[in-house]
Amino acid sequence: MSSGVDVNLENIWIKFGDFVAVREANVNINGGDFFSFLGPSGCGKTTILRAVSGFLDPSEGRVLIGGNDMAGLGPNKRPTALIFQNLALFPLMKVWENITFSMEVKGATAGERRKRADELLDMIALSGQGDKFPSELSGGQKQRVAIARALCAEPDVLLLDEPLSALDLKLRQHMRSELREIQKRVGITFIYITHDQGEALTMSDSVAVMRAGIIDQIGDGHAVYDQPATPFVASFVGENNVFRGKVTAVNGDEATIASNRSGELVSKITPAAVGKLNVGDDAMMFVRPEMLQMGEGDAKSTISAKVINEEFEGNTYSIYLEGEGGKQIKMAMPNLGNDPHKAKGDMMSFNYNANNAVVMPAGDLASE
Amino acid sequence: MKKPMIFSEFFRNNGVVMGSILFFLVAFWIIFLILLPQISMLDYSLHPNPINLDAGERADEYTLKNYKYLIFGPEGSSDAFNKVDLMVFVRTIIAAMAVTIMNLFLCYPLAYFLAQSKGGGFVRLLVILLIVPYWINEILRAFALRIIFAPSENGLINGIMMKMGLIDQAYDFINTDIALYAGLGYAYILLMLFPMYNVIESLDRNQIEAARDMGASWTRIHRRVVIPHAKPGIASGMTMVFMLSAGALAAPQVLGGTSSLWFTQLVYQWFNDTLNWQQGAAYAIVLLVASIAIVLTFMKIFKVNMGDIGK
Ligand SMILES: Nc1ncnc2c1ncn2[C@@H]1O[C@H](COP(=O)(O)OP(=O)(O)OP(=O)(O)O)[C@@H](O)[C@H]1O
Ligand SMILES: [Mg+2]
Repeated sequence: MSSGVDVNLENIWIKFGDFVAVREANVNINGGDFFSFLGPSGCGKTTILRAVSGFLDPSEGRVLIGGNDMAGLGPNKRPTALIFQNLALFPLMKVWENITFSMEVKGATAGERRKRADELLDMIALSGQGDKFPSELSGGQKQRVAIARALCAEPDVLLLDEPLSALDLKLRQHMRSELREIQKRVGITFIYITHDQGEALTMSDSVAVMRAGIIDQIGDGHAVYDQPATPFVASFVGENNVFRGKVTAVNGDEATIASNRSGELVSKITPAAVGKLNVGDDAMMFVRPEMLQMGEGDAKSTISAKVINEEFEGNTYSIYLEGEGGKQIKMAMPNLGNDPHKAKGDMMSFNYNANNAVVMPAGDLASE
Repeated sequence: MKKPMIFSEFFRNNGVVMGSILFFLVAFWIIFLILLPQISMLDYSLHPNPINLDAGERADEYTLKNYKYLIFGPEGSSDAFNKVDLMVFVRTIIAAMAVTIMNLFLCYPLAYFLAQSKGGGFVRLLVILLIVPYWINEILRAFALRIIFAPSENGLINGIMMKMGLIDQAYDFINTDIALYAGLGYAYILLMLFPMYNVIESLDRNQIEAARDMGASWTRIHRRVVIPHAKPGIASGMTMVFMLSAGALAAPQVLGGTSSLWFTQLVYQWFNDTLNWQQGAAYAIVLLVASIAIVLTFMKIFKVNMGDIGK
């Protein structure tokens, strides 16, 4: 099995008539990486994947796989295999025929195909199920057959379009680790599409966060989660509390904003915005629920607000406080056996470590 | 296929009044529109013609003479078999098969195009354009074709070709059966197109793309993915076109050459010209049974289930 082929998207634009589905995408994917595109529904993830697999030609820009320009090559000529959003197994072929369809195309004998199918069935823990039809398999089993079918083609790049979205939570979590396992074993480049940020963060070496055709940020899970490049990324990836205000002071990679409700708040400037934030600019500061703690701290990192609700979620308590403009501030506390017992309507003070909050120029948030 | 609903459940779901009405309508349909006509036809075919009874024959007795006539011809004739009628029969069956296959090859690409192109409004317009001519009666359509194919300078095709100087003598589309085949093919082409269109439209596009992604050529995609999926629709379309072509009357009457009789024309002659309904009924029954047997045989060969055809 070949391994580690780079995929580069150079200045890709994809337009459907006047509608721009993908705008100026520049992505460099290292060979052997597990790379994810993360974004809300309709942001152009599938469209990008179709450009990589050859089902559509970008209006502008180049797709390079292993350094070779793919322009003019159809999907049947590219070293990619695509796992479809709905799997697209062939319902009238048996499982083993499904898996080895790519070999049939190349003219392999039934014996060779059978043998390869059995190997792959072993790998996906479905030994002996080759003679079933796809309709006789469970959701997770179909999933694995789709993966085996794609791997059987020995692609250099495996493209996966939200393959887990149809599965229930337990199975999805199980398949995540299984996919990651398989990827490590075969060592080929995986390009994975999802709108589930948990999925993207747990599996990927690198994540591209997309918003309406634009790639806002590319980085590993930590970078995307802890150092979001835009308000959209900050609010789309994981839960976040936002505080708006004008910048009152900039000090190297730290800035202070005058928030509308909570006075002056200080935090790190997110790396992507260092040097771009000036006094007087509209800014947004983000603090994650788990970065908040009860009690007063430094004056510029302490907030007071009215308690709206408290929820017990087993491993955490979530406390909701009244935030700006009808929004709620969420605070998550690990359940250490001491219920904080906050009554509704109480005023409560809480603080954060300025190193754990980021500020950046104001922009669009992900819609809930 | 769904299990038939048990009667009590049927009445519970539909209410007694509605249930009874539905039940009555279905029973009426089956008995008066399907069973009775066929049974009376069969009954006719098994009786002698009362107008010219043989000596000692009674009009109400059962006999196979009408069937014997089709096979062996009139008693005392020099031939061992009724060569003329049997030839017409065989030619009708073969020609109906040819028409069916011709329609299949015409319709498959068209159905595929209509079903899988994402044209939306344009495709719907095309479909309507295909349907509109069928609002016109079958016989009128046959006469329209007759005008187009007429073997003189008045014929549309001949006229144009002669004006353009391509030919200087009118080509006889009628006696070469070209007009007949065109007419028969055209008469039932939608019955081939729509079942195919429906099944192909229900095929998940991603399956075609998945096959393509795995390197399959277009021929292989059709052979392994599209055609197996479309098989019930193809079978259903072929069955209808074959049955209806074999039983067609208007097109052969209007477009057929003088030398090429269609078997239904013989039936028609028995009923209408000779007024021997018994003989005509026997001919009709033979055509019906033979056509059904042929369809069932092909379904067996191509492993199509009866239930799939209804889809
Ligand atoms: N063939 C097409 N013609 C016109 N517009 C299209 C076409 N394909 C996609 N689009 C549009 O491009 C945008 C992106 O679509 P895409 O399928 O890439 O979304 P996605 O990110 O995969 O969403 P989801 O998570 O729901 O699958 C959508 O607004 C969609 O309407
Ligand atoms: Mg998609």
